[in-house]
Amino acid sequence: MRRTLLDKVWDAHAVRELPNGQTQLFIGLHLIHEVTSPQAFAMLRDLELPVRYPGRTYAAIDHIVPTDDQARPFVDSLAEEMTRSLTASCREHGIEFYDLTSGEQGIVHVIGPEKGLTQPGMTIACGDSHTSTHGAFGAIAFGIGTSQIRDVLASQCLAMSKPELRQIKVTGALQPGVYAKDVVLAIIHALGVKGGVGYAYEYAGPVIEAMTMEERLTVCNMSIEGGARFGYINPDATTIEYLRDRHFAPAEGFDAASDYWRQTASHPDCGYDDIVELAGESIEPMVTWGINPGQAVPVSGRLPVPGEHPDEAASYQEALDYMGFEAGQSINGTPVDIAFVGSCTNGRISDLRIASQVARGNKVAKGVKALIVPGSMSVRRQAEAEGLHEIFQEAGFEWRQPGCSMCLAMNPDKLQGREVCASSSNRNFKGRQGSPTGRTLLMSPAMVAAAAIAGAVVDVRTTMSAARS
Amino acid sequence: MNDAIVEKISGVAVPLRGDNIDTDRIIPARYLRCVTFDGLGEHAFEDDRKQDPGHPFNQERFDGASILIVGRNFGCGSSREHAPQSLHKRGIKGVIGQSFAEIFFGNCNAMGIPCMTVDADTCETLFAAAGADPPPLFEIDVSAGTISFGDRSVQGGMPSGPRKSFLTGTWNATAVLLEAADHTDEVASKLPYITGF
Ligand code: SF4
Repeated sequence: MRRTLLDKVWDAHAVRELPNGQTQLFIGLHLIHEVTSPQAFAMLRDLELPVRYPGRTYAAIDHIVPTDDQARPFVDSLAEEMTRSLTASCREHGIEFYDLTSGEQGIVHVIGPEKGLTQPGMTIACGDSHTSTHGAFGAIAFGIGTSQIRDVLASQCLAMSKPELRQIKVTGALQPGVYAKDVVLAIIHALGVKGGVGYAYEYAGPVIEAMTMEERLTVCNMSIEGGARFGYINPDATTIEYLRDRHFAPAEGFDAASDYWRQTASHPDCGYDDIVELAGESIEPMVTWGINPGQAVPVSGRLPVPGEHPDEAASYQEALDYMGFEAGQSINGTPVDIAFVGSCTNGRISDLRIASQVARGNKVAKGVKALIVPGSMSVRRQAEAEGLHEIFQEAGFEWRQPGCSMCLAMNPDKLQGREVCASSSNRNFKGRQGSPTGRTLLMSPAMVAAAAIAGAVVDVRTTMSAARS
Repeated sequence: MNDAIVEKISGVAVPLRGDNIDTDRIIPARYLRCVTFDGLGEHAFEDDRKQDPGHPFNQERFDGASILIVGRNFGCGSSREHAPQSLHKRGIKGVIGQSFAEIFFGNCNAMGIPCMTVDADTCETLFAAAGADPPPLFEIDVSAGTISFGDRSVQGGMPSGPRKSFLTGTWNATAVLLEAADHTDEVASKLPYITGF
């Protein structure tokens, strides 16, 4: 049968059809973190149930950790309480926890891949919508709510409905200075923030195939921002080479595993419920101007005029009002107060390398606060081994400890008032970065670094002869 | 009778206009710093409410509402169950809207909160009806798939899976999933990444 990766992985993990028509799906890898999981352990306790497969769950701490002073107890007593609660639950149930003392702490979606926990052909769930990130390996990986975390802890299964499958082909090649982040922002812009509801996305085509694993992670990370609960990329030689020698990758059976992973890929002649094509050459560096990730324009472009888009007029107007922007103005030149490189979208070593190339020998503009927040302790160590931290510090960027930080500002890193932030993260919702009136412009790490130096949105292609890494 | 069965929800409906209302707006991230969901109710829509005194959740006539009416793509954004939990703690037991973000919809199912969809015109009608002073009583009938208010009744949509789980009281999935524990182990034993390649 000519099955897609979705079909193959789904079938291999289907336990049974439930009376309501959903599938009982076995979850191969369960990741938890301190924000959405403590309540699930409490629910389990109420039901007097044990964790059924403790060896299939791994815990991370990322959302609330301070990225400057990490001394315990944390200054924020609620953060301290959440950390203690997760520590106690992991200890009680025998769950491995990459806490601050482990040397491996980091954003859950950064450490899963880098430790080799994330592998092709798995089903992966985590109480976090950006679990879609792990799809880069050819896994079915999606976010769940706390009641579902309870279900996975108790049964290692979820009740799920299989989505339709849309293939998104990015053809041709990218121009210099255009990155994975721009590709995914262009996809969301083209299909809309609810375009993917009911679908899983399979990203394909020469542009995707040419990407490194880290770039693929960036693309899959934002599947959820396009409304798709998960997105994936068929495993290939790039995937396999990335996994070689990772801590949790099979050592002895690696060749057998590689064969299995390759076979997980969609059959070349399989069918899709929908196919969309995007020309790689046409993609420019993208910048969001509004209050959802679909409200983006190429850096050379102009903001829309609500009256010209009857369907979106109200939401465009609402976004313009919130952002304090004029219809039809250009985004280039918009002053920024804060620059943030980090998050599970763009907090990996390749992102830091690119940002450092832009930063090297330059200075952060006066009045701009610029933060570099590595996605994990391992990313931070690697960056320091390469001397990236010195490049950043000489340029006037702050070099922080790993965590989610200003991506959602649950820790002390927050916007103040109506500050504008050039951010490499994934969400520009109202209030997302910690100030109810704060403003977020999403862009690639290269563009964030360039904005930090210019003090305003600029086209990174004009400020450097950007070599695509 | 199974007390988990959700068949009818009635009460005052609060109309909340606007599309793409995301989870950060439903419950701002600073309130995620908690180890239980208790006490989230008072913070639902907190930032929106502060900025807009006329926000429906600020209006006394909607106090105690048990139904929420929304626009398109409600609950988009994060997977945080804190969002539906905060609505639930405020007394919301059912939601009607043009469309819902998937994870939000799933979270509501898992909590026993039916989300019913209606088309744009019907939604407008419901907004208007709910906004009347004093507000009329609404009723969501899960089994008939209808929404009634005053002397009118309109059809709503709900996928058959969730509908069945509400009507049979099996929306709380844990027990149902554990029924197939043996079969689960069997599936796990065939996965090479668990048993070895
Ligand atoms: S970095 Fe941002 S999006 Fe990613 S897990 Fe942390 S808070 Fe969520």
